[in-house]
Amino acid sequence: MLAQLAAEFPGWYPEWNIPYWLMSILRVVGGLVAVLLPAGGIVYIFLFKMMSFMQSRLGPMEAGPYGSMQLLAEVGKWMQKEDLAPDNADVRIYKMAPLIVLLSTFLLVVVVPFGPQAYFTNFETGIFYALAVASISVLGILIAGWSSANKYSLLGGLRAGGQLIAYELPMVLATLGVVIQAGSMNLNRIVEVQNTGEIFGIGLIGNPFVITQFIGFLIFMIAVQAELTQSPFDMPIAESELVSGYMTEYSGFRFLIFFIAEFATAGVFGFIASVLFLGGWGVPFTWFGWEGISDVAWWMNFVGPLIMFTKMFALVGVIMWVRFSYPRFREDQLQTFAWKVLIPLALANTAATAILKVVF
Amino acid sequence: MTLTDRQQLSYIASQAADARLNVELETEGMTLNIGPQHPATHGTLRIIARLDGEQVVWAEPVAGYMHRGYEKLTEVRTFPQVTSLINRIDWLGSFANEVPFILAAEKLMEIEAPPRAQVIRTILFELSRIANVSLFLGDLGVQMGAITPVFLAFRDREYILNLIEGATGGRFHPNFDRIGGLKDDLPKGWIQETKGAVKKLEEFCDTIDDLLFGNEIFQSRMRGIGVIPADIAKDYGLSGANARASGIDWDLRRDQDLPLSYDLADWKVWTHPDGDSWARCWIRLQETRESCKIVGQLLDQIPAGPVMTKVPRIIKVPEGEAWVATENPLGEMGYYVVSKGDLGPFRVKIRSASFNNISIVPWALKGVYVPDIITILASLYFILGDIDR
Repeated sequence: MLAQLAAEFPGWYPEWNIPYWLMSILRVVGGLVAVLLPAGGIVYIFLFKMMSFMQSRLGPMEAGPYGSMQLLAEVGKWMQKEDLAPDNADVRIYKMAPLIVLLSTFLLVVVVPFGPQAYFTNFETGIFYALAVASISVLGILIAGWSSANKYSLLGGLRAGGQLIAYELPMVLATLGVVIQAGSMNLNRIVEVQNTGEIFGIGLIGNPFVITQFIGFLIFMIAVQAELTQSPFDMPIAESELVSGYMTEYSGFRFLIFFIAEFATAGVFGFIASVLFLGGWGVPFTWFGWEGISDVAWWMNFVGPLIMFTKMFALVGVIMWVRFSYPRFREDQLQTFAWKVLIPLALANTAATAILKVVF
Repeated sequence: MTLTDRQQLSYIASQAADARLNVELETEGMTLNIGPQHPATHGTLRIIARLDGEQVVWAEPVAGYMHRGYEKLTEVRTFPQVTSLINRIDWLGSFANEVPFILAAEKLMEIEAPPRAQVIRTILFELSRIANVSLFLGDLGVQMGAITPVFLAFRDREYILNLIEGATGGRFHPNFDRIGGLKDDLPKGWIQETKGAVKKLEEFCDTIDDLLFGNEIFQSRMRGIGVIPADIAKDYGLSGANARASGIDWDLRRDQDLPLSYDLADWKVWTHPDGDSWARCWIRLQETRESCKIVGQLLDQIPAGPVMTKVPRIIKVPEGEAWVATENPLGEMGYYVVSKGDLGPFRVKIRSASFNNISIVPWALKGVYVPDIITILASLYFILGDIDR
């Protein structure tokens, strides 16, 4: 049966004959799922439950079995609240800011491949685009901090601006190592290279770049931690000194959007990190005798997303684990760490990768 | 060496350019009100900070948002009634507030509690110190964004609170100390329970030592920040762990002769030469361990006998003045009691530790960064009830 189906659909998307309108709907729904499902899952699994167990308490238990509906209850609560803006705020920009932050998340998920054909768009400079649109959230955070007409918000916004720009660089440099090794900026090609690769002639587990680019992987994850403003890099929010940083004045559904954007971005960065370093949606192609991405069976379009979600949750789990256990840096220590440690290390890593690429 | 005209001209031009740049870049300071409602002040303390960027140019604490007028209220209470007021001063270590006042009243009446009551008083005193400081140790993490330690602190403090409740009937406000002794004897099995709880608290101290004090980020946030030299500390009247962290070897438990049984136990007064935030926190951690030690030793040495001496049914304190201070969880806490021979005190002056400890804030916060405001305040450790009493 399976073989018959596989023969009927050799696995290349045009032969599925999905009409354009259906494809559009699928993309919109898929985009919402790819952004909101990780956000909800991360909030429930890590923020509600893992954090509670680490702190010897139960976490939410009332709404739904084991409190699993808690997030829906919270969303309902936030939606009911009044849409407040401070008197002196620059209201139009103030209201726009959370949407810009969320927009960057949606733009980011566009390039993430979930299977051989299960992607929203697939262009040659995928990772370049991803790093570019990731910076849009800085804009949203800066204008949120500025337009709130609140001193705490202003300080938080400026800190966020400084921090996100500082940690963009090590992230780009860490990615550069992967791009050099894969020889492509196309995310699907990066997946293919990892899954068809060999380690010393043994192709059993492919060649996930986490092994060859381990320093790059560490730098990337640290930079992601900072980009997401999670502890120990949560200076912009710093609830014990800046009340809530750039989000201080936000309430109701605008706060909700910030909240969703924070965790959805965590999810999307988890996806991107698993594509870059952990082999993405793929299983090592030698297991099934596939030569390249065009041989991959059609069912990988359905298994791929599951693999991606698993890897994403594992990576975000580590991010959250660190978040719940570390105190935060001071702003100047944070900048020192970025400019004096991470960036030189990332540069050295890139140079070493480039040299080894030429040599072998 | 003489300058050529050209060099002179270029020098003047560069000076002019600098001057213009300074005028253009002249930045305005910003006044930041930290509090009265702010998560880091755990209460209603307000700190007015004049900022230049993220650097504090000038800071001043404003107390009084929660003023409760206890000194005045004591004048319209009888002596036994005062304890229920004053154990709300430092609300985390309530029993410790009652002791100096009761001792002052006993001093005026020239009576002394029986030995059994003295030892139990000391044990409860130290238990309330542990309850107080363990929360401080957990709260340190929260001030720096590590949210896990505070839950551990709340969990383990519960053992102590249960014990205090078991002995006195009140978790937070025991109101257990009486002129001439204690209200009741200890309940059955309490001593055994206390031994178990003290073990738990010692483990808690080890956990905090690993989790927080061993953390590199915590160390980099604490070491060398908010350094208070010994002479400055003396000038501002710092007491307790804050003074000992600046190297002042001064502990009222050891250095004065009160009818409390600290000399029965073998313990140590810790000091630290650095005087920075780290030293203040570390001293408190060590003190919690010492307190556990004191309690553990005293539990085996409770003598038999009554817990109350003979006192008249209606207590009238003879005319006179007395000053008694003890080493409370927050520092030196003293009561200056003036009696005119009535049922109640004529005047009570309360010297609470936090009020003096917080007075160093303008000095200590000068030139630090905004995040350090929080760590310095946290390490100075104040309780609002102790400031606005």
